[in-house]
Amino acid sequence: MRTIAYQDVAEAARRLCIDANVYLGEDVLGLLRSAREREPSALGQRVLEEILENNRIAVAETVPICQDTGTAFVFVELGEEVRVDGGLLRDAVDEGVRRGYTEGYLRKSMVSDPLRRRNTGDNSPAVVHIELVPGDRVRMTLLPKGGGAENMSRMTMLTPADGEGGVRAFVIETVERAGPNACPPVVVGVGIGGTFDTVGFLAKRALIRKAGERHPDPFYARMEEDLLAAINALGVGPMGYGGETTALDVRIEVCPCHIVSLPVAVNLQCHAARVARAEL
Amino acid sequence: MNPKRLTTPWSDATVEGLRAGDLVLISGVIYGARDAAHKRLVEALERGETLPADLRGHLVYYVGPTPAKPGQVIGSAGPTTSTRMDTYTPTLLAQGLKGMIGKGYRSQPVLEAMRRHRAVYMATTGGAGALLARCFTRAEVVAYEDLGPEALFRFEVADFPAIVVNDAFGGDLYAQGKKAFSKATPG
Ligand code: SF4
Repeated sequence: MRTIAYQDVAEAARRLCIDANVYLGEDVLGLLRSAREREPSALGQRVLEEILENNRIAVAETVPICQDTGTAFVFVELGEEVRVDGGLLRDAVDEGVRRGYTEGYLRKSMVSDPLRRRNTGDNSPAVVHIELVPGDRVRMTLLPKGGGAENMSRMTMLTPADGEGGVRAFVIETVERAGPNACPPVVVGVGIGGTFDTVGFLAKRALIRKAGERHPDPFYARMEEDLLAAINALGVGPMGYGGETTALDVRIEVCPCHIVSLPVAVNLQCHAARVARAEL
Repeated sequence: MNPKRLTTPWSDATVEGLRAGDLVLISGVIYGARDAAHKRLVEALERGETLPADLRGHLVYYVGPTPAKPGQVIGSAGPTTSTRMDTYTPTLLAQGLKGMIGKGYRSQPVLEAMRRHRAVYMATTGGAGALLARCFTRAEVVAYEDLGPEALFRFEVADFPAIVVNDAFGGDLYAQGKKAFSKATPG
C-alpha cells in the first residue's frame, strides 16, 4: 500500500485553487479564439477579444480571471492501493482550499447556512467527490464554479416518452432562458439518466471533461454536436448582446436509469470555464 | 461604435442622450454594492435614516471584488448578475440613482422605474475582472465593512467600459441583439 502525506494533498489542493483561477486551460482558450474568428457580430467579437485580453492580464499579473472565484469542486480519483497518512483525505482537501483561497487573494464566497448566510471566511467547505479507482495514484481535478452560471442551471424529471426530443428541448430552453446571466459563451454540461440525485452530478462532471472532446459513444457525440449548433442558432451571443457564439461546447454524460424515468440536468458553466488537474 | 466619454455625476440630460447599444467610458466616482448592501440601504430608508452615500446622479456597480494584492487598488472586479438586485433597485432609483452597471436581465418593475426616474442600465463583460480592475484608481469601503466583498464601496474609475443595455425609453440591447442573430427556431 502506497502512502502519501496529508500535507502533500493539502498543498496540491492549495496550488490547484490558485492555478485554476488564474490560468484558463489552453483547450478553452482555443475554442474562444476560434469563436472570435467566426463571430459575425462586431459587438460579440469585441466581447470575445475582451475575454481573451482579460486572460492575458490574469496570467501576466497572477490575478484571478473573474472576481467570482467560486465554490471549489474537487473531483478525487483515489487509487485503491494508496492511503493518506496523517489525516482524512477530505480534511486535507478542505485545508488546501482554505489556504489557496486565502494565500491566493481569491474571493471567499461560501456561507455556512443557506438561510442565515454567514460567510465562512475562507471559502470552505469544498464540494468533494471521491471515486475509488484501481492503482496507487491520487488524481485531483479542481473546478471553481461561479454562482452566475450555476444559478441558471436546471433539472427536470422527463418521462421516457419525451425521449431525445424532450431532452434537446429542455437543454436549449435552459440556455435560452439563462441568456446573458450565465456569462455566455457558455459550456453546457448535460446529465441524462440516473436518478434525481445523480443526474446533477453527471451534469457537473461533464464540466471537467476537456473542452471540445466528444462523448466516446457516437450517438451522444452526434447529439452534443447537434445541440451545440442549435444553441448557437439562438442568437444570444457573447454576453447576450446578440451573435452566433452562445455556447463553446456541449458535453453529455449518461447513466442507466429506472424504466419509468428520464432525469435530465443542465449545469451551465460560463466562458471562465476553469479547471486544473494534479496527480499525486 | 465610438464610445461616449461620460463623467459622473450624471444629469437627466446625460441619461436621455443614451440609447441601448451605446458604448460608454465612465470616469469619476461610482459606488459598488451587491445584494447584501442593497438590503441594508433599503432597510435604512425604511427606518427613515439617511443613506451612508448620496446616490443622486450616481451610478451603482454590482461587484464583489477579490481581495487586492499588496500594491493593487482592487482585486479582480467584474460585474455580478443584476437580477438579484431587482427587488431593491426601484427604491434606489427613487433616491435619484441615474444608472446601474452589471450583467444579465432586469425585471419589468426595474425597467418601469428607470423610465419614470430617468436612469439607464448598463452591462460590462462578465468574467473580465482582471481587465476591468485596471480602470480603478481608488477603492474604499463606505459602509457595511462586516459584509466583506459585499460591503458598500466608493470607487474612482477612469474610462470604465460599459454598454447601454436598457435605456430610459424602452430600448433593450438583449432583445435587439438576439433578434438580429437568431436563426429559424431550432428543432
Ligand atoms: S458566471 Fe462565470 S464569468 Fe460570469 S461572473 Fe460568474 S464566475 Fe465570472
